Amino acid sequence: MVEVTLSRRKMLAAGIAALSAPALPGSALAQPAVGRAMPREFNLAIEHVSLNITGRSRPAIAVNRSVPAPVLRFREGEEVIINVANRLREETSIHWHGLILPSSQDGVPGISDGFQGIAAGQTHQYRFPLVQSGTYWYHSHSGTQEQAGLYGPLVIDPVRPDPYGYDRDYIIQLSDWTDENPHRVIQNLKRDAGYYNYNKRTAASLANELARAPNAQAREAIIRDRLMWGDMRMDPTDIEDVTGYTFLVNGRTPEQNFTAVYRPGETVRLRFINSGAMSHFDVRIPGLEMTVVQAHGNNVQPVAVDEFRIAPAETFDVLVRPAGGRQFQILAESMGRQGFASASLATQNGLPMMPLPPHRERPLLTMADMGGNYGPKGLDRGTLRPETDRPGQIAPMESMDMGGMDHSGMSGMGSSSAQGGMQGMDHSNMPGMNHGNMPGMNQGAPARGTGGARQAPARPPAMDHSNMPGMDHSNMPGMGRSSSLARDPGFRFAVADLPVGSVPGAGLFRLAQASQGSMQGMDHSNMLGMDHSSTPGMDHSSMPGMGRPQGGQQPRPQRQQGRQGQQPAQRRDQRGAAPAAPDHSAMGHGAPGTGQVGQVDTSAASAHAGHGGMAPPDPFAVNTGAPPGTRVLTYRMLRALSNPYPVREPNRIIEVRLTGNMDRYFWAINGNRFSEAQPIVLNLGERVRMRFINETMMSHPMHLHGVWMQPQVGNGAQNPLLHTISVKPGSTLDVDVEADAEGGWAFHCHMLFHMETGMMRKVEIRRQPRVASNG
Amino acid sequence: MRLTTKAAALLTTLLGFTLAGGASAQQAASQNAVHDPGAHGASSHEVYFGAVLFEKLEWGVGLNGAPNIARWDGQAWYGTDYDKVWIKTQGELERGRRAENAEIQLLYSRLIGYFWDFQAGVRYDPRPRPDRTYGVIGIQGLAPGLFEVDLQGFVSERGDLSARLELSYDVYVTQRLVLQPNLEVNVAAQRVPELGINSGFNDIEAGFRLRYEFTREVAPYVGVNYTRRFGEAAKYARAEGGKAEGIEFVTGIRLFF
Repeated sequence: MVEVTLSRRKMLAAGIAALSAPALPGSALAQPAVGRAMPREFNLAIEHVSLNITGRSRPAIAVNRSVPAPVLRFREGEEVIINVANRLREETSIHWHGLILPSSQDGVPGISDGFQGIAAGQTHQYRFPLVQSGTYWYHSHSGTQEQAGLYGPLVIDPVRPDPYGYDRDYIIQLSDWTDENPHRVIQNLKRDAGYYNYNKRTAASLANELARAPNAQAREAIIRDRLMWGDMRMDPTDIEDVTGYTFLVNGRTPEQNFTAVYRPGETVRLRFINSGAMSHFDVRIPGLEMTVVQAHGNNVQPVAVDEFRIAPAETFDVLVRPAGGRQFQILAESMGRQGFASASLATQNGLPMMPLPPHRERPLLTMADMGGNYGPKGLDRGTLRPETDRPGQIAPMESMDMGGMDHSGMSGMGSSSAQGGMQGMDHSNMPGMNHGNMPGMNQGAPARGTGGARQAPARPPAMDHSNMPGMDHSNMPGMGRSSSLARDPGFRFAVADLPVGSVPGAGLFRLAQASQGSMQGMDHSNMLGMDHSSTPGMDHSSMPGMGRPQGGQQPRPQRQQGRQGQQPAQRRDQRGAAPAAPDHSAMGHGAPGTGQVGQVDTSAASAHAGHGGMAPPDPFAVNTGAPPGTRVLTYRMLRALSNPYPVREPNRIIEVRLTGNMDRYFWAINGNRFSEAQPIVLNLGERVRMRFINETMMSHPMHLHGVWMQPQVGNGAQNPLLHTISVKPGSTLDVDVEADAEGGWAFHCHMLFHMETGMMRKVEIRRQPRVASNG
Repeated sequence: MRLTTKAAALLTTLLGFTLAGGASAQQAASQNAVHDPGAHGASSHEVYFGAVLFEKLEWGVGLNGAPNIARWDGQAWYGTDYDKVWIKTQGELERGRRAENAEIQLLYSRLIGYFWDFQAGVRYDPRPRPDRTYGVIGIQGLAPGLFEVDLQGFVSERGDLSARLELSYDVYVTQRLVLQPNLEVNVAAQRVPELGINSGFNDIEAGFRLRYEFTREVAPYVGVNYTRRFGEAAKYARAEGGKAEGIEFVTGIRLFF
């Protein structure tokens, strides 16, 4: 024990030294051990150290006595050998995040082929060729070691220079540090999911809100909203699970002010890596435009933005041209507004940090973030044996259905108040949505407008949606969901004019081809921003394929409809009560999955159900709380510069419902935690479409090892290639995967504690065709 | 005697169920470990965790001549998301007397819904005399509106049936100041004279406790507690020199580790 103490003391010094060492490219701490011989060899030693970030010395895990771990700088085309010595008292592992390599070298214990982790005291040799270039990172895939400091940047220089020039190149690795033992954090979350939330709604905040409310109706709405959240037993302030973090840039606190030095007129490349265990960041450099040139290691068509949100595990490379010799502040504000990571761009090192700006308003979850219970969809889950949701993993529908929702309370919703578009709508104040009250939205209230699509159910829909600007079906989980569709991918892509930045709802689209005999030919996944205010007289209840049984889907009880039907639509007086808020990106009128699968019902309840669901948000819209006009990066703005894969239809759709128990704090995929789940089995060479359906109220950056994910953002062959897809609360989005890498791969949420508590699967890509199947 | 036998049989069944539940869960877990080669090692990524919560640890000063009372109400659990061992204890001490009542429960707890645990096990009351053992079955969880609910049914070794409902609600006044109204109702199916148990409603206990969460772990509080006994239970209480009704001003500490 004495030895441990001594070495710890030594390591404390080492940890501090590591902090003061700038993580500049070129000053890579991992030196090649065998010169330029091929393959190059690197040595990494993993140790327990003490680290002082907040003023208290705390246990941490370092690589080569450095937190973050040293920069690994590889060259595309070379082969590397990395010897990882485990000097911990526990098992460890290193995963090379985003690298395309053999499964056996991927570094996930128990999942990667033949890899069971690196036992204490052992040295493991990784060896793999580098077949790509770009910005990546590496981290432990054992327990919570990543939170304790075991993460580092990894840069692969391209064989041919990147198609953009720059004079300087800096890594900006963001991370979150807690003085607490990460295991303790999980324990705390398990015994009280709100343990870290000191921004709950309180009686005091209620009084405050009521006092500020302009009129009685607004006050009523506020009360109703509170009651509704209480009824659901959910917390709208649950944005970040864990607080108490100190946010770091390259291991440095804002006060320690990591500085990227530039000379006026130079172009600087900043390689942003989010190595936060549990933190999303909103990144901006006030006064500078950022040109995104690379996403997740892959070059994209340069796109100029003012801000971007970076989810855990994502990387974005941007070019900036700071001018005038002034000091710029690189700001990364955590999504829950608990703090900043910050660094400087300046002409010299050692300047004090610039004062941090006030925090932006903390987001609140809205009704639209509430995915609710979409229920089993009956789609292929990719497992060999049938799989059902385990009890306790799906939030009860009774209190989450549309029963209490009254859309008439939203100004601009009814056709009679359609003039203002959706401006002024604030979903956070939408208590009790009830579509039954929307004029023209159901048969009970006859259509008054023009753009409606009223067809007899038997007729194939010669639908003309062209009059309906900005209609968003992208989130209608009930559409295009049938298993027959899964087997017969006759999808058509809508051509969308994509809105730029964070101003959703402006998209127009033409439906490429809609006469397919039913809605099955339609894929609305690429349309945005439905605006009901300009679609009076729309009646989806009569759209074939929408309120109908679809082959292979599990019929579900009509409970939902029934409840909706019972809702007396009597809340007109709420119109206009909601205060203004810029975010209506979440608006959409998605049918909530199979809730309405059943016979065509001409009652209002049916129409209601058709629109019923909690409108899932536009899956790609990003609301950083930026002022209007700010250009905020979305996945839609990413256009891959090169795509190694042919454009083709997927062989099948695999349903990936992101589920979990927010109250008990465990997380799952398709209602099964990792400990009880079967692997998802893909055939080598097939293209699958993963349909992510986030039924929880948190964002989940889903990371699939070994292969690229191509979110269907509507850019066709230019859809970006990503290793991690951020799936917003309540949203549904499609991601295509070319299963071109044999072996076992981890597939998980990159929120570390979500993964640790169950949101993880093994994906097996097998050479032989599947024997058993779900269809 | 016949009753006793029946109760014993019931208890055995309950216990058997509890153990079987635990065993089958364990079996399922081990099956998963065996059948899923992708699982992480032996632990299979299942997180074990536990907590100790003393909701009440307090001293009540009786108003209007009611006796001063020390009271505790705590629970602890350990296990996985689905399967846990749960211990509950509560009791009261009157000043200058031995424990007026005390009980401890050992339960198996199983997650059966998003917000609900099913619990079953045994309860032992060393006080009041004569001591008594019960079989317990119940559900505990969070009801719509964010009410903490604990509903339990008991069958004593002598076959007596009773039930208890505990409700509480946390009103966050500020981020750290929490007002907790709570309610406990005890009912019984029959008289048990030796324990002062009435048929029907036995007693109601209601309270307001205002705590300040210095941390989530440590929160001192003040509050009032109102107790009311009914019918024969009240008579029994009076016969023992107590009162049927009482209000106390309480101070205490809530501990949550």
